[in-house]
Amino acid sequence: MNSIRKNRIKDQIFRYWGIFCTAIGLVLLSVFIGDILIDGLRRIDWDFITSLPSRKPEKSGIYTALMGSIWILLLTTIIAFPIGVAAGIYLEEYGKKNKFSGILEINISNLAGVPSIIYGLLGLEVFVRIMNLGASVLAGSLTLSLLILPIVIVATREAIKAVPTSVIDASYALGASKWQTIWHQILPASSGGILTGVILALSRAVGETAPLIVVGALAYVPFAPESPMDEFSVLPIQIFNWISRPQHGFIENAAAAIIILLCITFIMNGIAVYFRNKWQQKWK
Amino acid sequence: MRKIKELIIEKSLLSSALITIAVTLGIILVLSVETVRFFSEVSIFDFFTDTQWTPLFTEKHFGILPLLSGTFLTSFIAIAFALPIGLSISIYLSEYAPKSFRKSVKPLLELLAAVPTVVYGFFALVVVTPFLQDIIPNLSGFNSLSAGLVMGIMIIPYISSISEDALHSVPDSLREASYGMGSTKFQTAFKVIVPAASSGIIVSIILAISRAIGETMIVAVAAGQQPRLTLDPTVPIETITAYIVQVSLGDVQHGSLEYRTIFAAGITLFVFTFLLNTLSYRIRKKYQEKYE
Repeated sequence: MNSIRKNRIKDQIFRYWGIFCTAIGLVLLSVFIGDILIDGLRRIDWDFITSLPSRKPEKSGIYTALMGSIWILLLTTIIAFPIGVAAGIYLEEYGKKNKFSGILEINISNLAGVPSIIYGLLGLEVFVRIMNLGASVLAGSLTLSLLILPIVIVATREAIKAVPTSVIDASYALGASKWQTIWHQILPASSGGILTGVILALSRAVGETAPLIVVGALAYVPFAPESPMDEFSVLPIQIFNWISRPQHGFIENAAAAIIILLCITFIMNGIAVYFRNKWQQKWK
Repeated sequence: MRKIKELIIEKSLLSSALITIAVTLGIILVLSVETVRFFSEVSIFDFFTDTQWTPLFTEKHFGILPLLSGTFLTSFIAIAFALPIGLSISIYLSEYAPKSFRKSVKPLLELLAAVPTVVYGFFALVVVTPFLQDIIPNLSGFNSLSAGLVMGIMIIPYISSISEDALHSVPDSLREASYGMGSTKFQTAFKVIVPAASSGIIVSIILAISRAIGETMIVAVAAGQQPRLTLDPTVPIETITAYIVQVSLGDVQHGSLEYRTIFAAGITLFVFTFLLNTLSYRIRKKYQEKYE
């Protein structure tokens, strides 16, 4: 009898411990967002978003960094989206189960685990030096595209895998070729899943700091980029720069810029979740 | 005509897939070429045995050990914090929590992993370090303790999510058999379900370690820029990643020895993460076979 009671008590203790641990994660997340809101919210106004960076914290704004982030986001989408989806289609639909596709698969899984700063070193040597693009928006976007490629590929494969074979068989039965089947049936059917993956990958790209610092993105840029070959800064680098300064005003600025960055990240994640739910319902 | 078109499409899709191979080869090539040049000026023996790393000073030392110790110290603190919490969360969510709770909490926890790391850096420097300084008075403004703890918060969802997936995919028949023998949930979880899902849990831990040693911005912001061979968590240190950031922010001439140090540091980091990733891939493949 005694040992049964002991076991029940252990069971109850662990239940509360589990609730406690889950709460720690959520409480920390909210403490942390609350703290940043307190520090930064009153600093956010229209001027903060449209002002250029300045030596005086109260006059500084995030305009150039925000524009840089938008440029990076657009170019990265244009580069990574078609390549990632194409590679995903190849692996799922064409890549036969041979040694070569096995190597491709191991390779992609490995790339997904390479630290982002290593991609920065690759970009620095290949895009900035060898291709002579300089520390430009284009070099930064190419670097981030390579970084998110594995995420886009894996998401595309998962989405394609979820398309029911009945759809594919029906298309072949009507005499469609392989590519016609992919283009008219498989891709439309898996678009929700692919979109979810791409948006999540891009939300990661928008928060990346280290690879862009290595590529040579600047902390201080006097003007917003106007072409892919211009120098640039991005929001996370602007935040990093402000955190590193001693004056309290800059800490406030950093918190305010973090609020903007978190809004962008969370909205992108929200959109991704929306697409995922909508898409999952479709096949049920 | 149609056949040719199909063939062209297949080849262009293949070339997209081949880009991923090119990326890996590119990384290995870039890192090795610069590292070979680095070792033409610095002896490998010094690199692995010298206990000082001062490439940016006039008196130069090129010992990677201080950067390695910094990297392992912060990662160790992060894992020591995240592992018990992450595993407890995964067991609680999989075995104890009501389904609806699990469904709403999991995406919320995953938000922790979506927060950009520079934001965690801010949190470590501005919130956690001052808080810890109240408890540990001689804690330096930059230290590996708060950087490591905050990194731990960041990797909790890596451990909890992947482990929870593994625990959840253990067949219900095992649970029912255990309950049928009169076991409590606690006994079932720790004696049946966790051992059955152990490979998935190990994969999650390896991925978390790999993520921790490659993490850059938290340590660049909050752990300092002073490479030193120490296990003291209260003093400023420098990690491999933070050193690469430090050099990238300065005006280092392309082709100089200082420039090459970041590639030598980078390849050290790459080798460690590569080994960990390969290991986790192997285990994952085995584990898939087990349940399919």
